[in-house]
Amino acid sequence: MNHLSEEQLVEAYYGTETAHLEDCEECRAAFENLRSVLDEAKAYPVPERGEGYGGEVWTALLPKLPQKKQSRAWWLMVPAFAAMLVLAFLVGRTSKEVTTTATAIPEKARERVLLLSLSEHLERSQIVLAQVENAGDLTEERDRARELVGANRLLRQTAERLGDRQDVAVLEQLEHVLLEVANAPDAPSGADTAHVQQRIAQNELLFKVRIASTDARDRGLKL
Amino acid sequence: MEWTDSQAAREARLGNQQGFRVLVERHSRLVFRLAYRMTGNEQDAEDLVQESFLRAYKQLHTFDERAAFSTWLHRICVNCSLDLLRARKSRRTEDDATSWLEQVAAPEPSPERLTQSNQMAQLLEPALSRLSENERAAFVLRHYEGSSIEEIARALGIQTSAAKHSVFRAVQKLRRSLAPAWGATR
Repeated sequence: MNHLSEEQLVEAYYGTETAHLEDCEECRAAFENLRSVLDEAKAYPVPERGEGYGGEVWTALLPKLPQKKQSRAWWLMVPAFAAMLVLAFLVGRTSKEVTTTATAIPEKARERVLLLSLSEHLERSQIVLAQVENAGDLTEERDRARELVGANRLLRQTAERLGDRQDVAVLEQLEHVLLEVANAPDAPSGADTAHVQQRIAQNELLFKVRIASTDARDRGLKL
Repeated sequence: MEWTDSQAAREARLGNQQGFRVLVERHSRLVFRLAYRMTGNEQDAEDLVQESFLRAYKQLHTFDERAAFSTWLHRICVNCSLDLLRARKSRRTEDDATSWLEQVAAPEPSPERLTQSNQMAQLLEPALSRLSENERAAFVLRHYEGSSIEEIARALGIQTSAAKHSVFRAVQKLRRSLAPAWGATR
């Protein structure tokens, strides 16, 4: 009787059926020996990563993502874009109160765009907060903060009109910090930087902004 | 309604970063597991997760939506891992193997299981680090990811016969490294 080669035994372990194993005691013993080693190797332990790991990866990845050609223009237009969204949203709500005819943009679609825009804004704000908190360089983030302040104000005002207290609270705290960074002097002192860092830490702002961003995105995607 | 992987990839390709965010949040843990098994090092695995998603983002235009995103992403992760392993030809020392063991935190194992698991871990990583890059990749994909020989061949860019042989060589080498010591511990 021809016995199975080592390679055939390995194939048998990974699922290739072989009737020979049923008939040949010698090969069956060799197979069991192989199986015991490979089964034990299954228990190769991997350090656990929590539920929030994907979010952490995303936060670290976002600043590294290459900008698409139109992204720079989009970035510069954040305040104008947010203003447009807010206007579209408010006009839609007002016209609905006056007339029952359908608005040009369905309300759900407007809400979706608004929420995703809010999430995007909070994500970009997270980068500024993280940089200030970790690197402690206010001037580096000043231009970015200036661009975000206008959008933040519009989004906060919209959230106020909609009675969204949680988002209003986060956006208010965020606005204070963004303003402080945006108005930082050319050569901020250590005390200036420490003051802003303390404000971020005391209010647990980075965490709150991250949660609000995820929440807005999830709500937006569900619509 | 949540986006499927294909929908999220399409959104990302159109420039909507939310689409890519969905993919990152959904697949990070699985990519980490694969990267860790490919390298046996926690920090390397973290770096590989970042590098894999970065490459995926840049190559999104090459993703065929009829294929599974996870398979495509795993292939990218394997390639990133191979690049890293090839760049670090030097073998892991015994000290490295110990530090690797210390990083591992099994979720509430029984004392008996913990002992066995640690014994295997102590033996397995040095044995895996002695495999060639292709052998390790083929073994990890076959043994832990359940990939078929054809999938392994595609991931590594080799013939199916070569993929099959890589798995066999890996098992053969591991068996020789593990069997005597493992047998002695039981």
